[in-house]
Parts: sequence; structure tokens; C-alpha cells
Amino acid sequence: MTGRVLVAGASMGGLRAAEQLRAAGWTGAVTVVGDEPHMPYNRPPLSKEVLAGKAPFESLAFTPKAAAADVEWRLGTKAVGARLDERTVTLDDGSTLAYDGLVVATGMSPRRLRCPGPLTGRHTVRTLADARGLREALTRPGVRVVVVGAGFIGCEVAATAVGLGVREVTVVDPLPLPLVGPLGELLGRALLRRHEERGVRFALGTGVAAFAGEDRVTGVVLADGRVLAADVVVESVGSVANVAWLEGNGLDLSDGVLTDESLRAGGRPDVVAVGDVARFPNARYDGVPRRVEHWSIPADTARHAAKALVAHLLGRDREPAPFAPLPTFWSDQHDFRLQSFGAPLLGLGDIRVLDGDPDGDVVVGYHGADRLLGVVALGGPAAAAGAARYRAQLLQQPALTV
Amino acid sequence: MKVVVDMNKCQDHGQCVFAAPDVFSLDDGGRLAYVPDPDDALRDEVEEAADVCPLQAIRIEG
Ligand SMILES: Cc1cc2nc3c(=O)[nH]c(=O)nc-3n(C[C@H](O)[C@H](O)[C@H](O)COP(=O)(O)OP(=O)(O)OC[C@H]3O[C@@H](n4cnc5c(N)ncnc54)[C@H](O)[C@@H]3O)c2cc1C
Repeated sequence: MTGRVLVAGASMGGLRAAEQLRAAGWTGAVTVVGDEPHMPYNRPPLSKEVLAGKAPFESLAFTPKAAAADVEWRLGTKAVGARLDERTVTLDDGSTLAYDGLVVATGMSPRRLRCPGPLTGRHTVRTLADARGLREALTRPGVRVVVVGAGFIGCEVAATAVGLGVREVTVVDPLPLPLVGPLGELLGRALLRRHEERGVRFALGTGVAAFAGEDRVTGVVLADGRVLAADVVVESVGSVANVAWLEGNGLDLSDGVLTDESLRAGGRPDVVAVGDVARFPNARYDGVPRRVEHWSIPADTARHAAKALVAHLLGRDREPAPFAPLPTFWSDQHDFRLQSFGAPLLGLGDIRVLDGDPDGDVVVGYHGADRLLGVVALGGPAAAAGAARYRAQLLQQPALTV
Repeated sequence: MKVVVDMNKCQDHGQCVFAAPDVFSLDDGGRLAYVPDPDDALRDEVEEAADVCPLQAIRIEG
């Protein structure tokens, strides 16, 4: 077989795509282009074990499957443009690669705050390099850290910083509770209490207006006028999709790459998107395309997208299996774990305790349209095991199609 | 096929149990137990279990 599949993005989504292309029967060339200098590695420990110094940086690398041993890796190379009609991608070294099939796996970059003030002392956590830099900053004696954003990464970083013995750890967020956006008030309150008991301070209901300091950050000026002293600032205020290189091809790039139920972009059978960057409909729910920034999604999307792409490239008939992954994520903070199955976000209007109580191990159900849409456990292993018992129920729910 | 789980890495997420229930299970104490030499017919399941392990603690040999 001749021809080449080009995979843009060499993280989990890119790796799984390369492996799944082989599993789907593609024996032609596979080239993966990635702008980081590293082979694909696992990101979740960057805000947890690795930041805490409990796992070495080297432990993060994925082991590619044997079937993908002949994949060509072009690392430290960025895709800067694409002409999908001509089936070419331009790289930052000036070269142009022709492809027969293209997999978009370029993921996300941290959103940055646009506030006046110095840049030095401000960190984000997405890459190995970021985590190295932040760990070095947090392990300097006596530092005070302000984490902007009480989402998953912000809460994890705050917990890890407390564990590292950082003198002052404060989390700022315009919303009234941590993680209230994705999880709702019930767990938001439970999380606030747990974090405060373990030494994290919060400045909630107010945003950041500016950063204080000349050459480097010395404080965070809040919208309500307060100033928090800070030697280290972590910005964890969401992420933006890495899609600029795809512009000019008529794709919907308004929030990642819009795809159909086979992960194909812009109706093109030769271009698929996988992982965080893909905005896809999930037949399990309401058919509204969404991006899902969970660790489970790169593998799920890669498997489905590779089947569709390889079927097209080999001119095979395709079994039209609907794509209906059950989203799942976890988050480790301090000595507790959040474990989620399904789509709590779609059931924020009707939240009920299913097992336990919010002060201890608790399993919370998110409902809508007369059904359970998601479960989230908070606590120790017993809570996670409790949530797992509801997983089967979530899998059996019929589609939510309206 | 041989399956090896690095129990120093394992954090009892249980994702492998969902992917390959014939090979992986959690005991009453929530600790992972597994069949180290499963039938080759289970390869797809076991590969998926290895993929979904958040700690990448599952290795398949042979
Ligand atoms: C700190 C952190 C902690 C997390 N913790 C959890 C957790 O506990 N639980 C959970 O469920 N999920 C967690 N996640 C989410 C999970 O890691 C992501 O969903 C997953 O990494 C997505 O993989 P991806 O391959 O789609 O995208 P990414 O990992 O973003 O990879 C995209 C890759 O493409 C590269 N790239 C971008 N643009 C270009 C270009 N133009 N050319 C070439 N290469 C390019 C990027 O540099 C990157 O290497 C965490 C994420 C982070 C950052």
C-alpha cells in the first residue's frame, strides 16, 4: 500500500491515532508531527505526582504499541498551515508534507490572562516544561502562590502546593465556589470545605484586575480592590484549541474542530480530529457537538476516527457504528479523588446525593430528562467504587435525542 | 500473552476492570487482582485495558 497518513500533534491523541490506524488495517506510511521535543507523555501527573516530586519526569512517557513501531515521528516541528483541497500541510521548517489522510490531534493551549503587569513569575501547567518550571518555583523556600482559576487544574495545583509545604496558597475565582461550573453547588461546597481544612485559602466571587510588581510579580490585584501578595502565580483559566494552522480551509474552528459523528471535519472523508481539539456529537446524548477535555477521549476518538479514515482510504464499506463514548474523568486533590462517569454538565439542574454524605464519601447523581445523566464520587476508594456501580446504569440509558 | 501490572504504580482506578472484566478485578479491599496469562482471544480487551490505565501500569508481553 502506498500513501501517507499525517498526524498533527504528538501527544496522547496523536499516539493513539497512530496505533489505531494500524489496528484498523492501514499499512501505509504514518508520520506524526509534534511541536514539543518529547515523545508522547501522560499529562495528568503534571499537576499532581510529578509536580509533587513523587514521580520522576521520565516516568510519564507512553510506551507505543509494537504495531506502531514503524511510525515516523517528527518532533520539535510545528504545523503552521494546511491546504486541505491539495492535501498538504506546511511545517515551521519550511517543508511541505503531502498526505492521503490527515488526523488533527493538536489539542489545547492554556488561556492566558490579559491583565496589566509583569509577566515574570506567571506560570501555566500544560507541558512537561511548564511543570518543571512551576515545581522549581514552588520549591523555593517561603514562596506565596496565588492560583487563578478554581477549576480542575487550579484545584489540583493548589492541593499539590499545600502538600509541598508552600507557605501561602490562595485560589482566586470570579465564581462563588470551586468547580461549581462543571460540578454544581453541592460538590462545590464540599470541595471548598475540604480544601480550606487542608490549608488552601480562597478569594472567590472576584476576578484579577492586574498583577503588581516591576520586573516580576509581587502580588495579584483583585477586581474588588484587595491585593494578594504573591511570588508565584499560576494561571489555570481554561484553554484554547490549537487550530490556527487549519485556518483558510472553510472548517468551523470556532471552538476546536467541528466534526460529524465519524470525527470527520468539514464533511471531508480524509480529515478527522481526535482528542481535546475535536468538537463531536455524542450519540449517547443530545447530538450537540461538544469538546470533551477528559483523558478518556483521545483513545475513544482515535479508535473511532481511525476506522472511518482507513475505511475511506482503502475504499471499504464502513459499518456505520454511532460514536457514543461514556465520558469519564478523575481528579486527585490532597487525599481525596473525584471520579466522574457520564455527563454531569447536562444534569446540573437536578443534583441529588445517591450514596453517603457530602462530609464523607459521597456519590452524587446529575439528572435531566427523567434520567441519570452523570455520577460523580468524592472521597476515598469506597466513593469511587460507589460511582462505578452506577456506571452500568449510565451505559444502559437510551440516547437522549430530542 | 503475558500481562504484568506494576503494582507500585497502580492507584486502583479500576478502568482496566471495565475494559477487560475477564482479566482484571478489584477484590473486596479495592485492590487489583488479575490473570497474568490470559487466553490470546482476550488480546483486544487487554490492550484496551492497558490503554485506559491512567497510570500506564499495565504491560503486555508476547
Ligand atoms: C495538567 C493537566 C492535568 C490533567 N489531569 C487530568 C485528570 O486528572 N483527569 C482527566 O480525565 N484528564 C486530565 N487532563 C486532561 C488530559 O490530559 C487531556 O484530555 C489530554 O492530554 C488530551 O490529549 P490530546 O492529545 O488531545 O491533546 P494535548 O495533550 O493537548 O496534545 C496536543 C499536542 O499537539 C501539539 N501541537 C499543538 N499545536 C501543534 C501544531 N500546530 N503542530 C504540531 N504539534 C502541535 C501540542 O504541543 C501537544 O503536544 C489533564 C490535563 C492537564 C494539562
